[in-house]
Amino acid sequence: MKAPLLRAPSPLPGFGPSFGIALAMLSVVVLLPIGALLGRGLMIGPAELWGMVNTRRVWSALALSFRAALIASLFNLVFGLVLAWVLVRYRFWGRRLIDAAVDLPFALPTAVAGIALTALYAPNGPFGQALAPFGLRIAYTEAGIWLALVFIGLPFVVRTVQPVIEELDPDIEEASATLGARRFHTLRRVILPTLTPALLTGFALALARSVGEYGSVIFIAGNIPGLTEIAPLLIVIRLEEYNSDAAAAIGIAMLLISFAMLLAINAIQIWSRRRIGLV
Amino acid sequence: MSDIVLSRPVPVTTEPQLARALLVGLAVLFAALFLFAPLATVFAEALAEGWQGAIAALSLPDAQAAIRMTLSIAAIAVPLNAVFGIAAAWAIAKFDFRGKAFLITLIDLPFSVSPVVAGLMLVLLFGANSSFGAWLMAHDIRIVFAFPGIVLATLFVTFPFVARELIPVMIEQGRTEEEAALTLGASGWRTFFTVTLPNIRWALLYGVLLCNARAMGEFGAVAVVSGKIRGETATMPTMIEMFFNEYLSVAAFTLAAVLAMLALLTLLLKSLLEWRHADLLAATRRH
Repeated sequence: MKAPLLRAPSPLPGFGPSFGIALAMLSVVVLLPIGALLGRGLMIGPAELWGMVNTRRVWSALALSFRAALIASLFNLVFGLVLAWVLVRYRFWGRRLIDAAVDLPFALPTAVAGIALTALYAPNGPFGQALAPFGLRIAYTEAGIWLALVFIGLPFVVRTVQPVIEELDPDIEEASATLGARRFHTLRRVILPTLTPALLTGFALALARSVGEYGSVIFIAGNIPGLTEIAPLLIVIRLEEYNSDAAAAIGIAMLLISFAMLLAINAIQIWSRRRIGLV
Repeated sequence: MSDIVLSRPVPVTTEPQLARALLVGLAVLFAALFLFAPLATVFAEALAEGWQGAIAALSLPDAQAAIRMTLSIAAIAVPLNAVFGIAAAWAIAKFDFRGKAFLITLIDLPFSVSPVVAGLMLVLLFGANSSFGAWLMAHDIRIVFAFPGIVLATLFVTFPFVARELIPVMIEQGRTEEEAALTLGASGWRTFFTVTLPNIRWALLYGVLLCNARAMGEFGAVAVVSGKIRGETATMPTMIEMFFNEYLSVAAFTLAAVLAMLALLTLLLKSLLEWRHADLLAATRRH
């Protein structure tokens, strides 16, 4: 009965039920809700949608979400690479503890991370007090948003780059050294190009996660409209005002950004598979 | 950092001593600032008024209702997710069908959708101002601002966890063992329970572990869908937000500490699985 769907006959049973369960749950949990959002968009109409997105408050919220995610992910790109390199290549006391702790942002609920970072960096918190004499304010400014997003995005870069560093063939580095390359030259010209696809994938994953992040950000952001108000928060505010059309308009804008990033991640992975067969 | 030892005894393939010390120092500082400091703060703030304060916070009716809510949600969402993950992985790994790559992309989709947008979608689908929502309301079926909506939101954000872990493992294991069992006369279910399940149990546990951590900790999607009604639909993360905004710091951080302990337990079990059964997990297959 599933003959047209199956490419090759299989002696194993259960394709029908397992495929059916998977498709049914996918439809109810994921596809139907996405359809509801896009359907609402069609009902509102493109002109109206554009009118609701094209306001100063929405633009600054979308721009802030994207800008902060970009800054935090770039930061993670650099420090995630350092962390992954150190964890794979060096042996030092506490290495395994740090290796396990890298996954903390995956395991710790975002609201918990949010209030913890706020308590640390608020003007009366330990880090906030330490930074105050230098005129640095983190909590309730855009820097607070960067900080929360660095926390959220960190594991993505480390965990995508780490396995690639582990698989690096030391022969290549030796060859490079034998041919007279200084260590820095080998790192820049031999190792970094090999890691680039994994770095880009990790960066894109961190970016995709950070753009839509809500829980860890709203406590530390201060949430001043036009200044430190992120796009997901604006959706929540619109819903609380019972303005579901305006919420849907921002939601569709964010969904399109997500789709674009998903395409970018897939493109990077196809490109890197063609290039070196990794990731 | 004097006890740094070279990972390979070949000096040309590592950095100078000073560079290594600097990089290790940087990594340790980074981990201390961004990972360990927030974690320590949660426990320090929870115990700011001593153990009595924390115990009093946990005995607040709102806190207890939130804990019960979170446990009930996970008890329903996690098994459903495991069933989905096994079914999807069985279909994808053991059969060759049209549109497989597209199906995998769709399964991964929830990871790149903002949790708040996920909640918004459910409100638009089931909320009172949609035609379907109005029909549900007329038949007295409550989904949004009620338990089913929170379960759906949790399922959405945790959707890929189990499937994503199982698919690569099951693809790698192939189907020869199952085919042998069937040839020897075992039924389909018997083959699954005696051949497939033992092969994937650690990967399944790994996926379930991560799924559970996210299910209990989800905030954005649940905050939008639940309406955050105290004692009724408030989960632990949404209750943390309400306590925190009411300056009930000890109450907020005590609930947070409970979730942080869950996170630590998850990390511990996860590390244990990676250490003992690395070859049977997708995440550590490359080791």
